[in-house]
Amino acid sequence: MALINIKIEGYPYQVEEGLTILEAAKLCGYEIPSLCAYNHGECSKGSCRVCLVEATGARGLVASCVYPVAEGMEITISSPKAVEARRASVELLLSNHSLNCQQCDKNGKCELLHVAKITGARENKYIGSKTPVTVDEISPAIVRDTSKCILCGRCVARCSNAHGLGVLGFENRGFATIVAPAGNRSFATSPCIMCGQCVNVCPTGALMEKSEIAKIDQAKKEGKYIVVQTAPAVRAALGEEFGMKIGTPVTGKMVAALKRLGFNKVYDTNFAADLTIMEEATELLDRIKNGGVLPMITSCSPGWVNYAEFYYGDQLDHLSSCKSPHEMMGAIVKSYFAEKNNLDPKDIFVVSIMPCTAKKGEAVRDQLNTNGNADVDAVLTTRELGDLIKRSGINFCALPDEEFDADLLGDYTGAGVIFGVTGGVMEAALRTAYYVLTGKEHELIKFEQVRGFDGIKEASIEIAGQTINVAVASGMKNAKVLLDEIRAGTSKYTFIEIMGCPGGCVAGGGQPYVKPCFLPNEDPDILDTFKAKRAQALYSEDERQAVRQSHNNVQIQKLYEDYLGAPNSHKAHELLHTTYESKKRFK
Amino acid sequence: MAHINEKAVARIREICASYASENTPLMMILSDIQNEFGYIPLEVQEIVSEEIGVSVADIYGVVTFYSFFSLEPKGKYIIGVCLGTACYVKGAGPVLDKFSEILGIKPGETTADGLFTLDALRCIGACGIAPAVTINGKVYPKVKVSDVPGIIDSYKNA
Repeated sequence: MALINIKIEGYPYQVEEGLTILEAAKLCGYEIPSLCAYNHGECSKGSCRVCLVEATGARGLVASCVYPVAEGMEITISSPKAVEARRASVELLLSNHSLNCQQCDKNGKCELLHVAKITGARENKYIGSKTPVTVDEISPAIVRDTSKCILCGRCVARCSNAHGLGVLGFENRGFATIVAPAGNRSFATSPCIMCGQCVNVCPTGALMEKSEIAKIDQAKKEGKYIVVQTAPAVRAALGEEFGMKIGTPVTGKMVAALKRLGFNKVYDTNFAADLTIMEEATELLDRIKNGGVLPMITSCSPGWVNYAEFYYGDQLDHLSSCKSPHEMMGAIVKSYFAEKNNLDPKDIFVVSIMPCTAKKGEAVRDQLNTNGNADVDAVLTTRELGDLIKRSGINFCALPDEEFDADLLGDYTGAGVIFGVTGGVMEAALRTAYYVLTGKEHELIKFEQVRGFDGIKEASIEIAGQTINVAVASGMKNAKVLLDEIRAGTSKYTFIEIMGCPGGCVAGGGQPYVKPCFLPNEDPDILDTFKAKRAQALYSEDERQAVRQSHNNVQIQKLYEDYLGAPNSHKAHELLHTTYESKKRFK
Repeated sequence: MAHINEKAVARIREICASYASENTPLMMILSDIQNEFGYIPLEVQEIVSEEIGVSVADIYGVVTFYSFFSLEPKGKYIIGVCLGTACYVKGAGPVLDKFSEILGIKPGETTADGLFTLDALRCIGACGIAPAVTINGKVYPKVKVSDVPGIIDSYKNA
C-alpha cells in the first residue's frame, strides 16, 4: 500500500493510505480520545462523535474513526475547537445517561466515564428529556439497563458476529431508539444464548452479568458447607483483574485466594473435565460401534447448548448426553463426596467460578439436579471472583502459590486444563479415545490440527485402522455451517466440538474485559492477540502436568472403582448425563 | 399474540421466494407483506428471518424505524392527518383532536370495530391545500374541524 504524507500537530509523518485518522494517529504515537476500543469492524458508524479532530480539506470537524487520511492532510487534535467539540460530544452522551456511577457495577471499568474524564466533560451540562428506561433483570445471566446505553452498537455487532443471527438490534427511531432484543423483550424470552459476548464489549454498565456474590454471602450466613470449583480458563485471565499482563497464569494464587475466602473445599473443575472425557469418549465409541447418531457433538458449552435448543431442535440427538464438567463436579460432590464425608447433600453449597455467563443459566436448568438438589448452587464469573477478592481485602499479587485440595476430587490431568480453549475438548477426547480403541497412548499427545483460532478447524485421525474425521467450531456463526451440513445429511464428521464463544472459554463472556484504554502497558494489537496469550497459559500448564490423559487420572479411576462402576454405567448416567429440549425462540 | 394460518405462512414464504435474486430484499418483502396483510407481527418476522437469513432483531429494527410498517393490524380505513409545519399552522392540531374525540382513539390506534385507524403524519407534501387529511389514499384538502363528523359518517355508512 502506498505511503502518504500527513501532519499531526504540525509534525510530519508518513502513513499508509486508506487508514482512518484515528488509526494513523495511533501509529504515530497519538491517542485521540475516543470510544473506539473495538474499532475492529464492530463499530464503523462514527455516530458517537467523541473522536472529533480538525483536518484540512474537510468541512468542519471530522470523526477520526471513520474519516480517512489523505495526502497533505494536516490534523489538529489539541486545538480549542476540537477539544471543546469532543467535550460537548461526551456531555451530550451524558445528558441521556444514568448518572448514578457510584452504584454502577461497571464503576472503574467504564469507558464512558474514562473518556468523560480525559475530555473534561461535566455531568448535567445539558439537561432535558431522557429516553424511557428498560431494566431487564429476568435472565439468569445478563442484565440490560437502557439508561446506561449510549447506542454505540458494539453489542449489536458482536452479537451478530458471535451468534450468527444476532438477538440484539436497534429499535424505533430518533429519541426513542433503544438497543434491545426484538420488541424490547427480556433476554429470557428471546433466543439469547447467554454467551455474554455483548457484556464483554459494552463500554458502559448497560450490559452486565447478573451478580451472584450475594448468594455466597447468604450461604455463608446459613452455615453451608461450601465447595468451590474453578474452570480452566479462569486461571489464564484472573490476574488481569489485578493488573497483571494478559496471559499470566495465576493458578496457585487463585487457589490461595479461594482458601482465604473461607470456602471449605477448593477443587479444580479439571477433575470433572477428565470425568467428562471418560464419559464422552465412551459414549462416542459406543455410538460408532453400535450405529448411534453421528456426528456426536460436545455439550460442555451452555451457550452452544442454548443455541442448539433454539435453532436445531430437530438435531438434538447429535449432542452428547454428558453434562458439562462443572455440573458433573456438582453432581459428584453432592453424592460421592457427600457420602464419603458424611454430609447431607442439602447442606452442601457448590460454587462454580467460570469464564462464562451462560453457566449461570445452565446452573438453573431443570434437567441439572440430582434428587431435587441443584448440582451447582451459584456461578461467579472470573470478573466477579476478582471483585470478591478485592472486597475481602486480599492482596492478590502478594499471595503465595498454593495447591488445590487433593482429597477425592483433587487430581487433574493436562487434558482437563486445555478444555478452556477452542479445540481443547477435542484434543483431550482424542487422547483418551485413542487409548480406549488401541490400548496404547498416542505418541504425539498434541493434536496441532485442532489448535489455533480459526472459526472452523478439521482433522483426520487414524485410530486402529479407522479414519476418524473431526471438526472444531467456535462461535455460532461457524457452528451453523457444520450444523447445516448435518441437517442436510452431508456431514463427513464423526465427532465435532462446538464452543459458544469465538475462541472458546479463554475469550468467554465472563472473562476480564480487554479494553485498551485501561491497558496502557499491553501491546497495541492486544485485541488480536489476547486469546492466544490466554490459551498459551493453558497449553503450558498442560505441558507441565506429569499426567496428560484423562484416563490416567488416578482419582477418576478410583471414582469408577468405588462408586460409578464404569463409564456410561447406570449410575454414571443417573449422575453425569442429561437431556435437551427444543425451545421456542420468542416467548 | 398473532396466530397465522398455514395459507398465510405459505404466502409469506412465496413473497420471500419472489425476491430470491435480490441482494437485499428485506424492504421489498416487508412492503409486500404490509400491503397484503396490513401489518407485520413478530411471528411473521420470524418466518421472513428463516427464509432470508436476516435476524429478527434486524427485521424488527426496520419495521419499527419506518412508520409505513405496522406491528399491529390496521383498520379498514386509515385516516392520516398531516401535522407537517404548514398543516399545523393552518390548524391540523384541532382537526386531529376532533377525529380522536369522535372515534375515541389516540393517534396510532385502531377502533374496536376494526373500521378506522388514526395516524398523525409528517409532511405529506400537500402544503398548498393545508391542512390535509388522507383516507386510504384519497386526499381531503383544507379540512375544517366542522368537516370531520361528515367525513367519518361517509365511511361509516359506506
